[in-house]
Amino acid sequence: MTLKRIVIASLALCASVGLAGRWALAQDAETERGLERYRQMMKEDPWSNPALLDADRGEALWATARGPKNATLETCDLGKGPGIVDGAFAELPRYFADADRVMDLETRLLWCMETVQGLKQADLVKRPHPAGGQPVKDLGAIATWVASKSSGALIAAGSGHPKEKEMTALGEALFTRRSGPFDFSCATCHADAGRRIRLQALPHLSEPAEAKKVVGEWPAYRVSSTHVMTMQHRLYDCYWQMRLPELEMGSDASVALIAYLADKARGGEIAAPSIKR
Amino acid sequence: MRHLIAFATTLLLANPAVAEDSSVRGKADAAVKAAFATAPPEWKSRLEQDETMAVCSANENAPPQALYEAIQKREAATVLYPSDGEFIGDWKKGEALAQSGYGLRFTDYPARRENGGNCYACHQLTRAEVSYGTLGPSLLGYGKARGNGPDEVKAVYAKIYNSNATAPCSLMPRFGHNKVLTPDQIKHLVALLMDPASPVNKAE
Repeated sequence: MTLKRIVIASLALCASVGLAGRWALAQDAETERGLERYRQMMKEDPWSNPALLDADRGEALWATARGPKNATLETCDLGKGPGIVDGAFAELPRYFADADRVMDLETRLLWCMETVQGLKQADLVKRPHPAGGQPVKDLGAIATWVASKSSGALIAAGSGHPKEKEMTALGEALFTRRSGPFDFSCATCHADAGRRIRLQALPHLSEPAEAKKVVGEWPAYRVSSTHVMTMQHRLYDCYWQMRLPELEMGSDASVALIAYLADKARGGEIAAPSIKR
Repeated sequence: MRHLIAFATTLLLANPAVAEDSSVRGKADAAVKAAFATAPPEWKSRLEQDETMAVCSANENAPPQALYEAIQKREAATVLYPSDGEFIGDWKKGEALAQSGYGLRFTDYPARRENGGNCYACHQLTRAEVSYGTLGPSLLGYGKARGNGPDEVKAVYAKIYNSNATAPCSLMPRFGHNKVLTPDQIKHLVALLMDPASPVNKAE
């Protein structure tokens, strides 16, 4: 079987997850095998991941003069110095003295787009995530590229600043904070091993061994929605499912949850962008 | 206020681990408010915790005995039983409700159909439906194993209406109490679990 045929067969299997809704266990295992094969092929030929089209777009956007200040993002400091992208994602979220805040990758990009390019944060966070079938937005494309430049590195979030510890503790409190008509918190689904919603396996995110396996896989190309989903978008989607309002990109709550996840996943390998069901 | 209560209670119970945590909990409340600053008022109220959820969150769903009993008593008092004394509806309608995850998400407005109970997301119920979750126990053969006497049927109704009335800090939503499902819908789910004709109890 050629690479292309395996990829198409795998994608067709995955697409039917979204269409059919219900699955026999055997079929599900078959899908998982298909995805695993696809992941393996991506490792052998990294260019087979559709997310890399968005990473390419992100790379171009990074170097394109935009906004009222007609500036590129090449002076944006992601924590390792202005313009340094290689390995930066592995150390996020971290404290930034210029903003006096702990920031994850997307929040930092928001900051740079506002301060360097003069774009308005309020506009950028209005509709920050793509609808199903739509490509990831510009900020997400840039995030995908930046994350890809840490692929293979180990998660080592933070710089040792005390505010990072506070943010992680806040994230833990939010992870277990139950509210809304379903009384859900993140922990409802992600604080135990080997659980599923329908047939979808749920990662035990408060357990480092499991967090290490999955946290570094975002941003990821999500086959069921045919676009790249960033970590901020992933959390927004969880809040939707929890019957809570729309989580604002760049909010302290969103940063705190990402800080908590990155802390649990410390030492895990970054494999972004990856591919998800 | 409820945090003061939770804080005072934990002090009384001399549980320093939880008492230390309460300032972080206060920050979490503030962070949640800020994160959803643009949400409409009726949505913001969803972010507030009632006393039960504040206690459950602060105690990782394992509150000490006194708090556990207080929750049980408080939540049991919320259960509105059907005025006609009839607990068993139509299991076929119950099966449809168990399948549906529709309702109350921010993309579900204006409502296009009735809310679902989404039982299969967490429970096995019938042999026919193989796509079931495992966050809750399997309910296959539930009525058959327990019988469907008046006490059993009433207990199932109460459990779905307010899970915390029987199991404080249960992961299961309080479907009736939080107005996710109506009493009539809950009766259909009781039928799905208890009616001898339901596929839940026909499984071999």
